[in-house]
This record gives sequence, structure tokens and C-alpha cells, in this order.
Amino acid sequence: MKLDSKIPSGPLAEKWTRYRSEIKLVNPANKRKYEIIVVGSGLAGAAAAASMGEMGYNVKCFCYQDSPRRAHSIAAQGGINAAKNYQNDGDSIHRLFYDTIKGGDFRAREANVHRLAEVSAEIIDQCAAQGVPFAREYGGHLANRSFGGAQVSRTFYARGQTGQQLLLGAYSALCRQIAAGTVKMYPRTEMLDLVLVDGHAKGIVVRDMVTGEISCHAADAVALGTGGYANVYDLSTNARGCNVTAAYRAYKRGALFANPCYTQIHPTCIPVSGDYQSKLTLMSESLRNDGRVWVPKKKGDTRKPHEIPEDERDYYLERKYPSYGNLAPRDISSRSAKEVCDEGRGVGPGGQGVYLDFSDSIERLGLAVIQERYGNLFEMYERITGEDAYKVPMRIYPALHYTMGGLWVDYNLMSNIPGLHVIGEANFSDHGANRLGASALMQGLADGYFVLPYTIGAYLADVRGKRPSVDQKEFQDVKKEVEEQTNRLVSIQGDRTVQSFHKELGKLMWDKAGMARNKKGLEEAIAKIPEIREEFWKNVRVPGSGEELNQELEKAGRLADFLEFGELLCRDALDRQESCGGHFREEHQTEDGEALRDDENYSYVSCWEHRGDNEKPALHKEPLVYEEVKMATRSYK
Amino acid sequence: MQNFARLFRSSLGKKYVMAVSGLILLLFVIGHLVGNLQIFAHPDVINAYAHFLQNLGPGLWAVRLILLITLVAHVWAAVELTLENKRARPETYRQDDTIQASYASRTMRISGFIVLAFLIFHLAHYTLQVVDTEYQEMYTTLADGTEVHDVHAMMVKGFQSVWISLFYLVGVGLLSWHLRHGFASMFQSIGLRNATIAQTLEKTAIGFAIIYFLGNALIPIAVLAGWVS
Amino acid sequence: MDLKLRVWRQKNRDAEGRLVEYDAKDIDPEMSFLEMLDVINERLVAAGDDPIAFDHDCREGICGACSATINGIPHGPQRATTVCQLHMRHFKDGDVLTIEPFRAKAFPVVRDLVVDRSAFDRIIEAGGFVSVRTGSAPEANTLPVPKQDADWAMDAASCIGCGACVAACKNASAMLFVAAKAGHLNTLPQGKPEKDRRVLSMVAAMDEAGFGNCTNQYECSAVCPKSISEDFIAQLNRDYLKASLKKCLMG
Repeated sequence: MKLDSKIPSGPLAEKWTRYRSEIKLVNPANKRKYEIIVVGSGLAGAAAAASMGEMGYNVKCFCYQDSPRRAHSIAAQGGINAAKNYQNDGDSIHRLFYDTIKGGDFRAREANVHRLAEVSAEIIDQCAAQGVPFAREYGGHLANRSFGGAQVSRTFYARGQTGQQLLLGAYSALCRQIAAGTVKMYPRTEMLDLVLVDGHAKGIVVRDMVTGEISCHAADAVALGTGGYANVYDLSTNARGCNVTAAYRAYKRGALFANPCYTQIHPTCIPVSGDYQSKLTLMSESLRNDGRVWVPKKKGDTRKPHEIPEDERDYYLERKYPSYGNLAPRDISSRSAKEVCDEGRGVGPGGQGVYLDFSDSIERLGLAVIQERYGNLFEMYERITGEDAYKVPMRIYPALHYTMGGLWVDYNLMSNIPGLHVIGEANFSDHGANRLGASALMQGLADGYFVLPYTIGAYLADVRGKRPSVDQKEFQDVKKEVEEQTNRLVSIQGDRTVQSFHKELGKLMWDKAGMARNKKGLEEAIAKIPEIREEFWKNVRVPGSGEELNQELEKAGRLADFLEFGELLCRDALDRQESCGGHFREEHQTEDGEALRDDENYSYVSCWEHRGDNEKPALHKEPLVYEEVKMATRSYK
Repeated sequence: MQNFARLFRSSLGKKYVMAVSGLILLLFVIGHLVGNLQIFAHPDVINAYAHFLQNLGPGLWAVRLILLITLVAHVWAAVELTLENKRARPETYRQDDTIQASYASRTMRISGFIVLAFLIFHLAHYTLQVVDTEYQEMYTTLADGTEVHDVHAMMVKGFQSVWISLFYLVGVGLLSWHLRHGFASMFQSIGLRNATIAQTLEKTAIGFAIIYFLGNALIPIAVLAGWVS
Repeated sequence: MDLKLRVWRQKNRDAEGRLVEYDAKDIDPEMSFLEMLDVINERLVAAGDDPIAFDHDCREGICGACSATINGIPHGPQRATTVCQLHMRHFKDGDVLTIEPFRAKAFPVVRDLVVDRSAFDRIIEAGGFVSVRTGSAPEANTLPVPKQDADWAMDAASCIGCGACVAACKNASAMLFVAAKAGHLNTLPQGKPEKDRRVLSMVAAMDEAGFGNCTNQYECSAVCPKSISEDFIAQLNRDYLKASLKKCLMG
């Protein structure tokens, strides 16, 4: 298979400007003749639907939530990066580009990342004009904060709710278009499959989650902004509803899935408190600035933290990484936490946690300073755990947070299936093997506002007037398959609940393909997942019918796809015999436990092609060609 | 005109009607109380005051008309809002609770309704003088020789009945109760309340309601106790 | 701990609903309220019954999906907390919990505790936006916003659209929601040009949806998971009055 990334020629810094002025346009009078389906209403989906509706296209937008305003982009706390250089600290498009490439451990596509850095400034303008209440300085100008992986202060924020405010901005733009009649919104509607006509993506099959009705929607092009797949691990910081179904269905229809093994783990989450746990909550990493991480030296020490004397505590980050100490990078500190817990020295219920202790800082700086810096985080912690972290050390543990992999797309954000576009976290394009803080919001909005609305023209201008009817055989066949799967799920009536399978899969993924991976573990997982899958299809119990609001059925359908996708993720992790970014292979590390990249053999994008159920997928490689940047080792020394 | 009609049909428009009519009625009851407190002076004072009011001629009728329109508007808006509110929650909570809504605010309909009944009785009692028809014959002569209705005597006679006094106490009690929420609420409805003045407003409302009640209650109590005769 | 639940069960929008009693035994006080419902649902499914349908998604108090009234208080007894962030340690062994959906004519029950809050979307569609074309925005710092205004707007903008304000109001009024939404944009210079139009059309959409009228009791602010102040309602009352009078007197 030939993978054409369609990167425009010319110097890196001019590619996008030049390409944008040469891209094919759709005549304004013709735009209203085109229909575009957008699946997902997060930052990428809502921004794209609103912008394309405003340009004159007829847009249909689908989301599984009861309102487009609830998409999971809403949960992002920290901020959004942009190369504005408002702080006069020497920021530039090039610097943002370079930081993102380096942060991604040199596994992202140069041209895409440069474009992202270029449009970042426009995003801030757009959002400010929409009324996003960004933090301001007393002079009335926009404020910035600094974030990991950068030496400049370029992160814009709106209290701890930047994601929510940006999403509400995009949602308000979307609502404006809904009122104008250019966008038709379908909330509580879940995409269950993609429909191809003559090899082009021409529609989707959806289920109305209230009535259960399964219906077809045809369009001239389809855009997926359906988010990431962290919930394959069951417990993650993602919303409970986040799922891989739309992307995975596209994969099964021929779209390539790129780099599924690139998953990001966040080191400071609130640990699991029991096996009923449904969700992990992230707390800002800034806590590590003043907290000291430790566990007892003795295994299975059940004493209360203040009863453990100083010399029986192991401040393992300070011990292992004396220069960075508690501020060691995300992946290192996450893995170290797992190590000490695996040794049986973890704290709290289940032993899956480490202490983050503020007592030294409180003594040194005073309670008031700590309260001022972290008051809201301590409050959030107290709400969830019932513990006062000013008095007893916090307990933290790493959790799955973001997934860099996704459907493969070219420079136009179109997958290898003509007409199928993928935006936001759902595609693989901009973060390489690791995403920097405050870059997810930037990418979602860049794709939605400033890239796809232009690049989709490149496809549409060539396919004039070929929109099929939903009565065509291609649609009816897919619809029938979807109906069959639904009927099958409700007719098994086995003994186990959907959640019990999800928990089983999640635990396996976390143990074998979580923070640290090795050949043996991955092979075990690849052998075990099909067994769980088989058991699922024999023994799951989905009550009720398909013709009503049935949340168990929704979960079962999503899990069915996770049960296949998990295997794909493990296969990718097995293939990539190097450690880079969020992917850590235990066989490939330096003596001090740092990731060891292999640029010679692995500087490619792994693109997986579906070849049938229970068949091994085929691997295609898109080599990463760096014109401007030289690959270097990410060093924390 | 169409725009005005639209304004008064809107939910907020009706709240403005409530607030503005409430304010006018509030000012009236304050004036009314001040007038009545003249009972503690020489009988001629209140009798002269009443005589003055009754001889305003067209002015009296203008004021009465304004008050009537205001009252009708207040009641109309209350009825409209109540009906809409009932429709807004057709299925009620099987178990209901509140966090901070004051008891007065939750009983505005009941207090308002009883106050309306009290008002009708009050008008029948003193203005139309049909409750006790002897009132129609009660006249006295002021120091300057003018013959006037003996309002002082009417009041004393009325409140010498324990039952009427009790009814008045309940009536003005509920009116004070009603004003306690209405007073602060008015500011909110026209957009003049905020966190800075909220506490003061609330305290003022309570203080006002208490003073208003005591002022009114003093009259029947004084009559019953024989301080005024 | 052991609890007794009385949960509103309603098959669909048109069906009759009723409270059904369930024993919730062996509940871990560390569970969140929704995790407790998850556990009950797992048991119901295992026993061959239909699980209780309820809306939820992010489970960290920001998406606004979760919605349930517990013993008459939307989102339950803890202040400034969504039901997904409410933990069972706030209840006692032996408690009886009545769990009902958010009730309002404008929020019809879809199933059990799930309600249709699309009326909120329609209010935003009516005017809860700034009309700015993608790509046509001026450089962000060309329009300074006083910090005080930006903070005030942010206070309003923190609304998560959960609908607890409607559920708590004895008149099922949506004033706090509309006031927060309008107040956010009306406070910022970016939202000023459309201010009058915005308040008139958003209030019209609110009335159209069948919400009740403001009681001035501020139960809405008391249950609001983001503690949004009733001052925004006063601001909306003021802005609507101004906009209406302008329209009445100047057309």
C-alpha cells in the first residue's frame, strides 16, 4: 500500500501558507450542495462543524452526549499553547514547533507540527473574540503561565477550566450555525459504522440512543472527531462514555490505524480506592513542585504515614534522580511509582499509590503559601478521598490520560479512505510519541477551525455531485450488519455483566501494555485478549432490547470494539522495539532506566491495516523524513 | 405598543409588574400606617386628617384609581405567574426539600391571598362602613367647628371587639410577613440587588417588617388595653 | 454500610413512573454516589432486572451530564458538588435515600433518572454566542478586557449546564442558567454589540421552553455545583429591562 502523506513541497515555514493559497476551492454557490458529516462535538468536531457550516456547507453533526457541550474536551484543566510571544520571552512559531516535535520524541510529522504552531496564534484570537474568558493581567491583556516541556511562558488559561471554556466557545459557534440552519445537530446519537461507496467514505450508520432506531446518513464527506481510546484500559481520566468505536469501525472498513501504542500516562492522579472504581481523577502536575514523593522502605508497611520515621521512608525519586528529584518527567516518575508498588511498597487501599508529602514545604513556606498555591487541588482531593492533605500526605498514582495514536491521516487530515477525514485526538498526526501539556486543546481547535475547513475542499472539489442515496445497497448492507450485532448482543443473555469484561480487559492492558511493556507480557496479552473476547460473545448479559434507551447495550457495543482494539494496541507495542515517549519497552532502556530510542530502525509511523476478523493486521510504514530538525536524545540530566 | 405588550407577557415583564406595583403598594401602606398612628394624638388630629383626605375630591379618586390599578396589576401578575409556575412542574417531587429559601418567600401566595381577603374586609369595615353600619352616623365637631366623621371613635369602637382586633393582628401580621420577602425581592427583580448589599437588604427587610407590624399592632392593642379611648 | 434506596423508575417519556425500593447493602463509604448506583446496577443486571438509567460522563464534576435529586435536593446534600463527586461517606448507615430525576416540564424524563435538557441548547441557539466568523478575529490583545470584568465573566462562564438550578427552583425557572450564560457574554466587550438582542431572544427562548418564573429565593445558587451567584439574575433583570425599554421607546 502506498502511503502518500501529501506534504507540500517548499521550505517548512512556507508550506502551509503556500499550500493554503493553492488549495482547490469550492465555489460559494456550490458549497450548499455539499453535505458533510461530522462525528463528535468536542473541540475539533464542534469547531469544524461550526466553521464549515458558516462557510456554506450543509453539516450534520453527531454526538453521543445529550448536548454537544458535554464532549470530553471539557475536562481539560491546564491551558492552551500559542506562539504569541506576549511575554517577550523569545517565543516564536519555530520554538513552539520545535518543542512539540521534541516533546513528541521525534516521532511526529514535521510539516503537520509546523502548521499547528503557525495557526496556534489565530486560535487565541478566535477564542478571545468568541468571548472565552481567558485570564487577564491588570492592564487588560491576556495572561500566560508556563507549562512542562517549554522554556517560555506561552500557555493561555481560564482558571482551571480551560477545556470547558474553549469548548463552550466552539459550542456557542456551533449553536449559532444550528440556529442559522447550516448545521443539523444529532445529540444522543452514536455512530456505529462507516459506509463506503466505490471506496469513498459516503456516510455513516447511527443508533438513536433514546429510541434505539438505527438509521443511515449519506454525505459527500465524513469527518471523525471522536477522541481517543484511553478507556481500553477501563480506568482512565477519560469520561466513561469515551470510546474507540467510530475510529475502530473506520479501521475495519479499511482506514489505517497509526501508532496505537502511543499512550500517555499522567503521574499525579488520585489512586483507585476500591474495585468499584469507575474513573480516575487527574490533579495538576504542579503539585510536584512542592510535594515530596515517598513510600515506606519496608514491604507491606501498614503504619500510618506520620508513624513512619524519616529513616524508614524511601524518597525514591530524589534517590534515583538526584538532579531532577520530584520533578522528574511524567513517564519516569510514573514508571518509578509502578516499580515501588510492584515491589509491594505501595500505600493506601490495594497498595496502588505513593505519598506526595507537603509537610516539609508547609514547614518551610508556611501553610498560607501552600494554601494559596494549591488550595483548589487540596479541596478537590478532599472531596474525593475525604482526607485533608494539609495534615496527611496525599496519595497519588499514575493513570492513563491521553492517546497520541489514532487513524492515519495525510496533510489534508484525510485518511487513506478518500472522503474520510479525522481530526483532534482521533487522528495520529501532531504529537508523535508523547504530547506536551496544553497542546491537546491547541491541536483540536487547529484541526477544527483552521485546517479541515480548508483542506476538505481539496477532496470535495474533485468529487462534485456524487452523493449517494441511503437506499443504496451499500448503506442497507452496513445497516443490516449493525442491526445484527445489536440483536446478537441482546440475545446472548449470559452470566456476566459488560463491566466485568471491561474490568478484565482493562486490568490486562494496564498490567501488560501500561506504563512499561515487554515482549513476554505483550505476547501474553495478545494471546489472552481473544479469549476474553470469545467469552464475552458467549457469556455477556445485556438486559432489555435494542429498541429503547439501553445503557448496557451502549457499553457492550463499545466494549466489543475495545476487545479487538486492545489486541491491535499490543501488537503495535510489540512491533516497536524501542522506547519513545509514552511507549516504554523494558528491553530498551539505558542503565539509569531512561528510554532508549532507536532512530535507525524505528523512525516511522506504524500504520495498521485490518485484514479480517481474527486475522493478523498488516503493518505499513510511513517513514518520518525530517527536513529541518535533527533528531536528538531527550535528556533530563 | 406591541413591544410593550410583548414585554408584559414575558416572564421578566411580569416580575417587573410585581416589583413596581409592590413598591407603590408598599409606599401606600407606609403612608397609611403613619396616618393611623395619629390616633395617639388628640382625636381632632386624626379626624382632621381624615377629613382632609376625604375632601380631596377628584384627587382622592385619582389616588384610589391608581391604587386600584396597582392592586389589580399586582394580583393579576401574581395569578399569571403562579399559573405558569404550576405548569412548569407538572410532576412534583415525591420528597421535596429546600436549602435556604425563607419561610416567608415560600408562603407568598398564601400570605398574599389572606391579605387580599383582609383588605376587602378592611375596606368594607372603614371605607364602605357596611360591617358596622353605626359608623355611618358617627360625626363629631372639630375645634374650628367643622363637622367631620369621627374616625377616632370609629377606630376605638372597632378595636374594642377582641375578634376584630385579632383579625387585624393576623392581617397586618401576614402583610408584614409578605413584605419581608417582597421588600428585598423587589430590588432583585429590577436588577438592583447584588452580593454587596444583599445582607443589608435582607436585614432591612426584616427590620422593616417588624417595625411595620409593631406599628400596626400597637393600635388595636392600645385600644384593647384602654390607652386610647 | 447498608442503605435503602427509593428510585424513580420510568420506562420512557410517555410511561407512568413510580418510586421503587431497593436495598443497597455493603456500600463502601469511599464510593462516589454514581459508583454506588453502578454497584446496584451490576446487581440488578445479575438478577435479571433492568438497571437504573442515569446520565453521567466525565465523573469529575465538569461535563454537567449527571443529574439526580436526592431527598429533594438536586445533586444531593453536599454544597458546590455534582452528584458524581458526592461520596457515600456523607451518608449514614441505614439512611433512606429518595432518588428522583430533575423535574421540570421543560426537562421531560427520558428514562428513570435521565432527562432531556435540550431546552438549554435551544436557549443558547437563540443568542448565547458572539457572532464572529472563523478566521476573521482581530489580534486578541487589541481589545483589552479589565481584569475585574474578565473575572466576573469567568464566574458566570463556569456554569456546567447541568440544570440543577431548574430542578431546585420551586417554579422550575431557568433564570440562573440564562443569567449566567447571558451575563458572561454581556460583561465582555466582545459581547457588547449583541447585548440587547441576546437578552431579548434568550429570555424569549426560555419562556418558550416552558420554564417557570424566578422566585427570588436563590435555591438555584445554593445547589449550583459551581456556586454561581444570583447576582447574575439581577444583572439579567437589569439588562432585559433596559433592552425592552429601548425597544419599546425607540423601536
